[in-house]
Amino acid sequence: MEIVLLGMNHRTAPVELRERVAFSAEQARLASAELRSRGVLAETMILSTCNRSELYGVPPESSEEAMMELERYFASLHEIDPAVLNSSLYRHRDVGVVRHVFRVAAGLDSMLLGEAEILGQVRDAYQAALEYGATGPVLNRMFQAALEVGKRVRSETEIGTRPVSVAFAGVKLAEQIFGKLSKHSALILGAGTVGEQVVEHLNDRGIARLLVANRSRERARELAARWNAEVVDWEDVERALIFPDMVVSSVSAAEAVLERGMIERAMAARGNRAMFLIDLGVPRNIAAEASELYNVYLYNVDDLAEIVEHNKSARAGEIPRVETIIEEHVRKFQDWQAGVEITAVLNDLRAKLGQEREEFLRERLAQAENISPAEREHITKLAKELLEDVLVSRVTRLRNVRDLRGRLRDLEAVRRLFGLDQEKP
Amino acid sequence: MMTGWVLATLILYLVSFAAYLRNLYAENTLLGRGAAVCLAVGLGLHYYAMIERARMLGAVPYEDLWGSLSLFAWLLGALYLGLELLHRGRSVGPFVLPFVIVLFSLSHLRNVSPHPALARGPLFALHITLNILAYSAFALAFVLSVIFLLQNRLLRRRKPGGMFWRFPAMDVLERMSRSSALVGVLALATGMICGFIWANRLQGHYWNGDPKEIISVLMLVFYAGYLVLAGQKAWRGARAAALCTFNFLFVMFSYSIVNIYLSRYHRFY
Repeated sequence: MEIVLLGMNHRTAPVELRERVAFSAEQARLASAELRSRGVLAETMILSTCNRSELYGVPPESSEEAMMELERYFASLHEIDPAVLNSSLYRHRDVGVVRHVFRVAAGLDSMLLGEAEILGQVRDAYQAALEYGATGPVLNRMFQAALEVGKRVRSETEIGTRPVSVAFAGVKLAEQIFGKLSKHSALILGAGTVGEQVVEHLNDRGIARLLVANRSRERARELAARWNAEVVDWEDVERALIFPDMVVSSVSAAEAVLERGMIERAMAARGNRAMFLIDLGVPRNIAAEASELYNVYLYNVDDLAEIVEHNKSARAGEIPRVETIIEEHVRKFQDWQAGVEITAVLNDLRAKLGQEREEFLRERLAQAENISPAEREHITKLAKELLEDVLVSRVTRLRNVRDLRGRLRDLEAVRRLFGLDQEKP
Repeated sequence: MMTGWVLATLILYLVSFAAYLRNLYAENTLLGRGAAVCLAVGLGLHYYAMIERARMLGAVPYEDLWGSLSLFAWLLGALYLGLELLHRGRSVGPFVLPFVIVLFSLSHLRNVSPHPALARGPLFALHITLNILAYSAFALAFVLSVIFLLQNRLLRRRKPGGMFWRFPAMDVLERMSRSSALVGVLALATGMICGFIWANRLQGHYWNGDPKEIISVLMLVFYAGYLVLAGQKAWRGARAAALCTFNFLFVMFSYSIVNIYLSRYHRFY
C-alpha cells in the first residue's frame, strides 16, 4: 500500500510549462480512468490549479515501476520532451506524499503564503475524483485528512488571517471600520490595476452600491458596465462625495483631485458619518491634510504597502505552528496506515495457517485410533484456539513498535516468512 | 471567605480569562468556545456561591457591600456572554473578564457574619437588582468604548497592528456600546422608579435628597445624553465614545464614595 506523487508547481516550473501540463476537469477524469484501466495505478487523484499540476496515486504493485510509467505518461499526454519535463517534476513517495498534500492544503506550498483558495481547489478536485470513483480507501483517507489539516490550520493559526495584498488590505480596513459592507457604498475614481482589484474584493464582499467616475465618460461607462456600478459625471464628483462611505482613487493627475475643503463639505453634508479614503495615485490624488478631519480615515498606497509587509512577516511567523499541526496529522495517518497493514497481515496469516492447521489435523487424526468423536472435536477446538491466541498476541504486538518504519519492515518480514505474498492473487 | 463554590468559580473565571486572552493573540475556535463555556459554567457556580452566601447571611446576597459586588460581577459576566452570543465575537472578552474576576474576588475577601433578615419585599429586590444591572451594563459600555477609542487611534496613526484585526469592527463596537448603555439607562430608570415607590411606602415621600439619588439622576442624564449625542453629527464616533468612557466615572463614584461615605440610605448598592 504505497502512495506516489508526481507533479510540478510554481517553484519548479515557469508558467509556460505549467500551462502546458494543466488538466481540465474532463482531462483529469479521462487521465484517471486511463491510468487505472492500464493498471498503472489502483487509485488516482489529479490536482490541477494555475500554480500546480499534481498526480497522486496508489500503485497496485511496485512504486518504482508506477513512477516511471507516470513520467512517461505525463510527457506523452502533454507532448513534452521528457528531458525538459524531468527537471521540472518532483516525485514523492509514501509519507513524503502525505506531508506534501497536507502542506498544499495548509497553504504552505502556495505562492502567497497561507492563501485560502487552494483548500477549495483541493476539495473540488477530490470531490470530483470521488464522484467518478478514481479514489480508493487510501487516497480517500489522505485527502479527507488534508482537508481537515487545511481547516484546522486556518482556524487555529493566523497563517491566512491578515491581508497580504494592497487591495485586500484596503478592503479589510474598510470592514474593520464599517463591519459588513453590504450596507455601504464606495466611489471609485479612475481605474488602475490595484483599483480594479479593490473593486473585485468589494464586489466579493457584497458592497451595496458602487459609483464610478472617470475623466473620460466613455471609460466610466465601460467600467460601470463591467463592475455593475453607477456612473457619476466627473464634474459631479464633489456632490457625489456625500453618499459613499469609501472612496478609492487611482487617477493619474499632477495635482490633488480631492482637496481638503471638498471632503470637509462632504463630511458636513453627510452628518460626519465615517469616511474611508484610499489614495492609490502617485502623485497622490487626495490632499494629505484631509486626514486631519474628524471621522475621516485616509490611507495612501505606501500606508497600505507597509501594512502588507508587516502582515507578510506575521504570516511567516506562523509557519512553525502550522508545521506542528501537519506533523500531528502525518503521524495520525501513518498510524492508520500501519493499522490497516497489520489487519491485512493478520487476516492473511489467519487464512493461511488455518488452512494448514486443518490439513495437519485431518492427517494426524486419521492416523490416530481410540479417539472418540467428542475428543476429536475437542482437539480441533484446542488447536484453533492455540493458533488464534498465538496469532493475535504476536501480530498485534507489532502495533506497539514505536517507529513506523520498523513496524512496516517487521510486517514485511512476517509476510516473507510465511510466504503470504505468493498467496495473494 | 473561600468555599468550594467560590474557589471553583474563581478557577473557571481565571481559565476563561486566560483562554480569551490567548484567543485574542492567536485566534482558535476551540479555545474561544472553551473560554465561553468556562465563563458560562463559572456563572452557574457563581450563582450557587451567591445563594450559599445568602443562606449564611440569612438575607439577600446584596445585604452588604461584598455581596452587592458579587451580584455586580455576575450580571456583568452574564451581560457580556449575552453580547458575545448576539454579535458572535470574542475579542472583547479579555477586557471584561478582569472586571468580573476582580469584583468577584473582592466580594469574598470578608467573612460573612449573619445579619438579622429584613423583610423588604420584591419591590426592593427589583430596585437593587435593576440598579446593579445598570452598573454592569455601563461597565460593559465603558469597556467597548475604550476599545473603540483604541481602534480609532491605531487607525488614525495608520499603524493597525496584530490586535487591530482581532477586534470587532468599529461600527459594531459603537452599536454594542450604545445597546449596552441603553440597557443600562432602562434598568437604571426602572430601578430608580421602584426605589422611589418603595421609599414612598416606607417614608411617605418619594424624594429624600440623598446623595445617591442625586448622583443616580445625574448618571441617568449623562448616559441618556450619550445615547442622544452618539447619533448626532458633531459627536458620532470617537467623541461619543470618549463621553461614554467619561460617564463611567459617575458609576465608579456612585458605587464607591457615595455608597460608603455620603449616602444615608444606600449603603452597598
